[in-house]
Amino acid sequence: MSLLKRKRIITKAIGLAAVVLSAAVGAGASAEEAKTQYFPLATFRVGAYASSGIPVWAGEIDYFRYINEVEGGINGIKLVWDECETNWEVEKGVECYERVKAGKNGSPVPIFLPHGDPISKALTEKSVADKIPLVTIAYGRTEAIDGRVFPYSFPVVFSFWSEASSAVNFIAEKVGGKDKLKGLKIATVYHDSPYGKETQVPLAHLAKTYGFVDIQIPVPHPGNEQSAQWAKIRQLKPDWVFLRGWGVMTPVAIKTAAKVGFPVDHIIGGIWSGSEEDVRPAGAVAKGYLAITPFPAGANFEIHQKLKKHILDKGLSDLKDPKSFGSVYYNSGVDEAIVAVEAIRTAQAHFGVRPINGEEAQWGLEHLDLSEERLAEIGATGLQQPLKLSAKDHEGGGAGKVLQWDGEKWNVVSNGWVKSDRELLLPLIYERAAAYAREKGITPRDATN
Amino acid sequence: MSFFVETLVGGLLAGVMYSLVAIGFVLVFKASGVFNFAQGSMVLCAALTFVTLRDKGLDFWLAALITLSVMVALGIAVERVVLRPLVNRPQITLFMATLGVSFVIEGVAQIVMGASVHELDLGIVDTPIEIGGVQVSQFDLAAAGTAGLLVIALSIFFNKTRVGIALRAIADDPQAALSIGIRLQTLWQIVWGVAGFVSLIAGLLWGARQGVQFALTLVVLKALPVLIIGGFTSIAGAIVGGLIVGAGDSLAEIYLGSLLGGSVSTWFAYVLAVAFLLVRPAGLFGEAPIERI
Amino acid sequence: MSAIGTDAIEGFSAADNTAQATRDRLRVGAAVLLLAALFGIPLVANDYWLNAVLIPFLIMSLTALGLNLLMGYAGQASLGTGGFMSVGAYATYNLLLRLPELPLPVSLLLGGIISGLVGIVAGLPSLRIKGFYLVASTLATQFLLEWLFNQYGWFSNYSTSSSISAPRLAIFGHDLSNPTGRYFLTLATVVVVTVVATRLVRSQTGRTWMAIRDMDTAAAVIGIPVSAGKLKAFFVSSLVIGIAGALWAFAYLGTVDARSFNLDRSFQVMFAIIIGGMGSISGNYLGAAFMILLPILLDHLGGGLFGGAVDAGQLENLQKALFGALIVWFLIKEPRGLAALLSRAWTQLTSRVDR
Repeated sequence: MSLLKRKRIITKAIGLAAVVLSAAVGAGASAEEAKTQYFPLATFRVGAYASSGIPVWAGEIDYFRYINEVEGGINGIKLVWDECETNWEVEKGVECYERVKAGKNGSPVPIFLPHGDPISKALTEKSVADKIPLVTIAYGRTEAIDGRVFPYSFPVVFSFWSEASSAVNFIAEKVGGKDKLKGLKIATVYHDSPYGKETQVPLAHLAKTYGFVDIQIPVPHPGNEQSAQWAKIRQLKPDWVFLRGWGVMTPVAIKTAAKVGFPVDHIIGGIWSGSEEDVRPAGAVAKGYLAITPFPAGANFEIHQKLKKHILDKGLSDLKDPKSFGSVYYNSGVDEAIVAVEAIRTAQAHFGVRPINGEEAQWGLEHLDLSEERLAEIGATGLQQPLKLSAKDHEGGGAGKVLQWDGEKWNVVSNGWVKSDRELLLPLIYERAAAYAREKGITPRDATN
Repeated sequence: MSFFVETLVGGLLAGVMYSLVAIGFVLVFKASGVFNFAQGSMVLCAALTFVTLRDKGLDFWLAALITLSVMVALGIAVERVVLRPLVNRPQITLFMATLGVSFVIEGVAQIVMGASVHELDLGIVDTPIEIGGVQVSQFDLAAAGTAGLLVIALSIFFNKTRVGIALRAIADDPQAALSIGIRLQTLWQIVWGVAGFVSLIAGLLWGARQGVQFALTLVVLKALPVLIIGGFTSIAGAIVGGLIVGAGDSLAEIYLGSLLGGSVSTWFAYVLAVAFLLVRPAGLFGEAPIERI
Repeated sequence: MSAIGTDAIEGFSAADNTAQATRDRLRVGAAVLLLAALFGIPLVANDYWLNAVLIPFLIMSLTALGLNLLMGYAGQASLGTGGFMSVGAYATYNLLLRLPELPLPVSLLLGGIISGLVGIVAGLPSLRIKGFYLVASTLATQFLLEWLFNQYGWFSNYSTSSSISAPRLAIFGHDLSNPTGRYFLTLATVVVVTVVATRLVRSQTGRTWMAIRDMDTAAAVIGIPVSAGKLKAFFVSSLVIGIAGALWAFAYLGTVDARSFNLDRSFQVMFAIIIGGMGSISGNYLGAAFMILLPILLDHLGGGLFGGAVDAGQLENLQKALFGALIVWFLIKEPRGLAALLSRAWTQLTSRVDR
């Protein structure tokens, strides 16, 4: 390469760097009064889990577009968003968070959705320093339910502890009451990671309370080989299997279960083992498989009619595959968007109709009241459970529906929302939050205001 | 006892699946000294191409044929564009280059064919059958049979055909092979083509086992200890190594896992492989190079 | 022959001593300027630049330096880098937690030493296994360590998620938990380690390593203590990598679990030194810049140029493919890495100054 040519390349590179620098610095600098609400999205469209992610953003973006196009924004404040790719990796997630946290064109960040259990954990403390609430629906730290210790973490709707408890309660529903749980063997086959281990404590506690036998069987990441685990299941002969997988682990588990002859309709998948993307690769043997979820599948909810009419039919949807409309992951995106929009709305009612910042959105979240009436107005009855948050309770709902796969689609088979034993588990959760506060030297907030 | 036998048999059959991926590595390493980490991406690419074609309504064999040509073309392209300019570089550089290639293959494959998961149905019924009181998976038996056929086919190819004999000559001594008029580059392309074929077989079987999705690339991690144990240059070694790893993993997960807290199979095969290496530093079937100063 | 051979470091001919001296002075001058710039950065950079770009870049450079000592100088390739990082991180965490009276630099160093000791154990197979089989065997270390920290709660003080969180970072009562503080902690560590490492590779130890790298059988024949040299390389390398791991956990991310130190991290570091230049100190910084900054740059450019116009998923996949292609391109075009490229440019520049 000639020197001249190299020089030109270097000049170009410096030019590019300058562009990037000014873009990054400019993000927080504009003083102009913003009329829009910035809402950055952390997404993972490449990497091992992209297939689960893509329908989620579609649900979210479609709902945001619906709010903008049909309702003219949240009380007239339109949402603007851009995406940042995380690959579902902590490092890239942190980079994204740092990139967007200052807001855009003077519009602050109200809420950050980390979309990834490890990312949410890495951001726990940073978000407190920056006063940006993290909303982690159906993942994240369970102890963060205690908002006195975790003011900016919101494991809204359905924590892992509630997931475990609801699954047990569904089994009780099936066998005819909680008193019949005594003596049953419930094996939890879990992804051997911090996420997978989250349910060990609540299940041990519930086993002691109700007298069932709690068996824990880990599956090493990624979970593409499980013959040993299911041979063990065949040996131990549990009555029910609670499957807490992630990614490829779920279809392999279903297939291997069929291989050893374990009845698939006695396997209850957890939240992240209960989507179309989890069962389709398993093929015909997945028929009858159960899953507990806070995001019931289906495209017949009222909000879906609206989305179809105003977004999908007008070609505005972010969905690539129309088959995914109303899928579990799509609906989870809609759910997330509803919670975010309603929290911003609540904050606007208190602070004024304008773009909301993180601190205000935190107030909005802690005063969020998604009542039956409000859900009916949104058109999300049956899709989203009613929930009411407070400083002492960042979860609110704590119930799931159980779905069954019929080979084509999911059908709800539980008796409405299956509630978890929150009153039984909450003291334990508060205890753990208090221990965290002690280790970190955090003085819990006063929860009265 | 029957539980032990069942675990063992399950493990052995799973091991054959690892061998299938390992064979692809061995072929390329034997002929060109490249440790091809992109093998995992090639497996994904093969499975993804096949399913995409099937979803478009193509006949099974037609889809297989098109996929095969895509894979062979891909293998040859990698050899031509990436590895030929890197000839005579340190092995580790070649290895890292194939890792770079895997990013390209994964990126492009997903741009063209999307990231969604697919079911791959080969029409093999997977209800367990009982053989002497031991439960065995029909699918795994079929997979093992396929692997066996593949090994026989490759052995014939290597031992009986002109091309195969030339390949063995290259593996033994590239300089000498060149001097007697063997065309090295043509043969490398053939090997990469065959590696493409092997990744098709592996892609179909693994895809049918776990669904066609990104995680298929991770099968490489299971193939690595198989290679270490069997030696990088021996197809028989890949099969034996696969059986050892498969059985070892399963038994360790059950018997060692209960002592140590589970998930021991993430490292057990690798530790086993190191143990083998300490006894035989070039793998069970590999040949230790003689060093001259 | 060692399978992981590298070319010797670019040396300057000593034909013209005065020119050499001028160049050396220029070199030192440039280094001082660079340092001044690095220490001055927090005055102008915002949180994003510190937290998401500069801190990870510096720590990645340090990790690369650690691996380069082992691989570029002593010729022993390893894919256990992530594992050693996790040892450093978890060891430092436990020291800070259980012996809070120790000052932070001491805990960091002790954490590094523990990692170094683990490195010696992990390096034992290198006495018997060579070349590519050794690379494969270091994977055992990687997976075993990842499993260990995930499996045994003691290491993470039984936190629910087996993740570890940074305790309050402070030196002599001086709080370092803000971005600027964490940046300076990282920068100071990197500078100190770089100086020590540079001296080390120019010492007898460094020459022993290079003899082992170039041909260990020959080195053994002429009486160089090969085994001790190899283990020493494993110790020093793992020590540096362990310190880097602790910084990655506490100065950069804040909360980590063992998955942050998985095989991908090991690959990333190995890429950094191969692209930057094996057996070169400056190569570590260049390689780390390539691995950390280039994807971010691609991301910003992609978003800026095509944001909205092209489907976001396609764009991300395209970036991934492009990054892979760039890696391959660099490997083909520049066998001795970015350091050699820079060195040539530098020689051309200074030769013009001489005139």
